[in-house]
Amino acid sequence: MDMVRNEVRQLNPEQYTETKALDHASQQARQRNYQDFLIVDVDAHHYESESYKDVFSYIENPVIKMEAMDSMTRAGRSGFLNNQVGYQSLGGRMTRHKNRAFFKARGDRHRDVDWTLDWMDAMGVDYSCMFPTPMLFLGLHPQVEIEVALCRAYNHWLCERILAQEPRIVSMLYLPFNDPEWAYRTVRDFGDKKGVVGFMVTSPRYKPVHDNAYMKTYALLQEMGKPISFHAAYSWDDRALATTNRFISVHSLGFMWFNMIHMTNWVVNGIPERFPKLKTMWIESGLTWAYCLMQRLDHSYMMRTSDCPQLKRKPSEYMQDMYYSSQPMEVPDDLSILEATFKMIKAETQLVWSSDYPHWDFDLPSVIYDLPFLKEQAKRNILGANAARLFNLDSKPVKTIP
Amino acid sequence: MPECFVAKASELKDGDRRIVVSGPHEVGVFFKDGDYYAYSNYCVHAGGPACEGILVNNVVDILNGDQTYEGQTFGDAVHFACPWHGYEYDLKTGECIGDRKLRLRKYNVVKRGDEIFVVI
Ligand code: FES
Repeated sequence: MDMVRNEVRQLNPEQYTETKALDHASQQARQRNYQDFLIVDVDAHHYESESYKDVFSYIENPVIKMEAMDSMTRAGRSGFLNNQVGYQSLGGRMTRHKNRAFFKARGDRHRDVDWTLDWMDAMGVDYSCMFPTPMLFLGLHPQVEIEVALCRAYNHWLCERILAQEPRIVSMLYLPFNDPEWAYRTVRDFGDKKGVVGFMVTSPRYKPVHDNAYMKTYALLQEMGKPISFHAAYSWDDRALATTNRFISVHSLGFMWFNMIHMTNWVVNGIPERFPKLKTMWIESGLTWAYCLMQRLDHSYMMRTSDCPQLKRKPSEYMQDMYYSSQPMEVPDDLSILEATFKMIKAETQLVWSSDYPHWDFDLPSVIYDLPFLKEQAKRNILGANAARLFNLDSKPVKTIP
Repeated sequence: MPECFVAKASELKDGDRRIVVSGPHEVGVFFKDGDYYAYSNYCVHAGGPACEGILVNNVVDILNGDQTYEGQTFGDAVHFACPWHGYEYDLKTGECIGDRKLRLRKYNVVKRGDEIFVVI
């Protein structure tokens, strides 16, 4: 029950807290009784760039470490890391990105732990899978050794400073996929660390996922029972996407584009047949792309089975065994279209809710909970039970909704 | 219909606003260009605090007579943007700019002497 409230407020950014900014999310959480069941967020973010000094101190190679530390003194000029042109804050319409500067840590733990727990509780989330933000573009860095160095430093830092400190925050760790040998070593070295529930490949990159060099990594992941995920992003440097002139265009297309390519290569080259127990997840491409690709590949497959002789079933049947994160939920005016999409991807068992918070197009749990065509159990599966199974999490709710 | 006190008129500068909370109601009351506007603070998108974001004019693409594109500028319509994801609303009507069939509930504002009230 919401308390009876009477007040007149002024807007005061300096008093910004996640709890206040997400007060309406907490109202939804109480109205829908989220305290009664588990909610797992499979894709949320922090801004690791705010901790670069600390992260860089974990770089193993002394020469690269020196370059990284020096780059901290060159704000605004050419740097050690690549980045992308982006307008995620919508010209300032998205106020939380700058207001969060006022957030203060409460104790000895890293500020990101307190900040993450605050928004998780406000939304009604029990466990959250934390990912970086600028590093989503690291697969496009021109120097492979820098991707490896930063990935290893970040993973060490994340395991020590965040995951070891807070059991409600977990992560699928960044894989330095442009160097297959180091990708393998990353799984080997970090796979058993506390809070590591899988590994994540950032999708904007130009190495084919079916390259022979990756087979031993897939084998190791399968053996460990840890999922591999492909986290979408855009690249305005991609030759086709470079023709777009607005952020809406490069973002809408880019977040589907790279995952469509990786999925096509993954299925056509029979990776699911070679590693039948390897769990695969596709993150932040929404849902419509999967539906579209299933129909398209099935159609062509019937005429071109000789192009993919490893397949024993239609492409869509392999895709229905994979997992999909829900955000951004593209909700059409006609909900029967969304219902068909849910059916196509077998949402009741394969869809896993994600917020993508605090990014600009984040979703709340109500995006699933309020769908009229889902039964209560299906809602609970998508919001938490499917991910708990995948990540091996306890199914007891642990949050405290304000 | 109860009236809820918002502010003294003399306290509100151009572009100021207050959020009035009364039981289950949350209403954003704006003072802009000499007029008062009051709308539900629950966004039509995902229930975010629709009235707590920035005021911003509409963006316009400038086209030449031959349909070539010249650039962008701001127009005269004032919008407010929900801070959660940026849905924009027309300050004069509460209509959602992306789909004008959607609109925020509008509330009446009354001025008594120097005091502003919203009717909830
Ligand atoms: S809740 Fe207002 S824009 Fe999404």
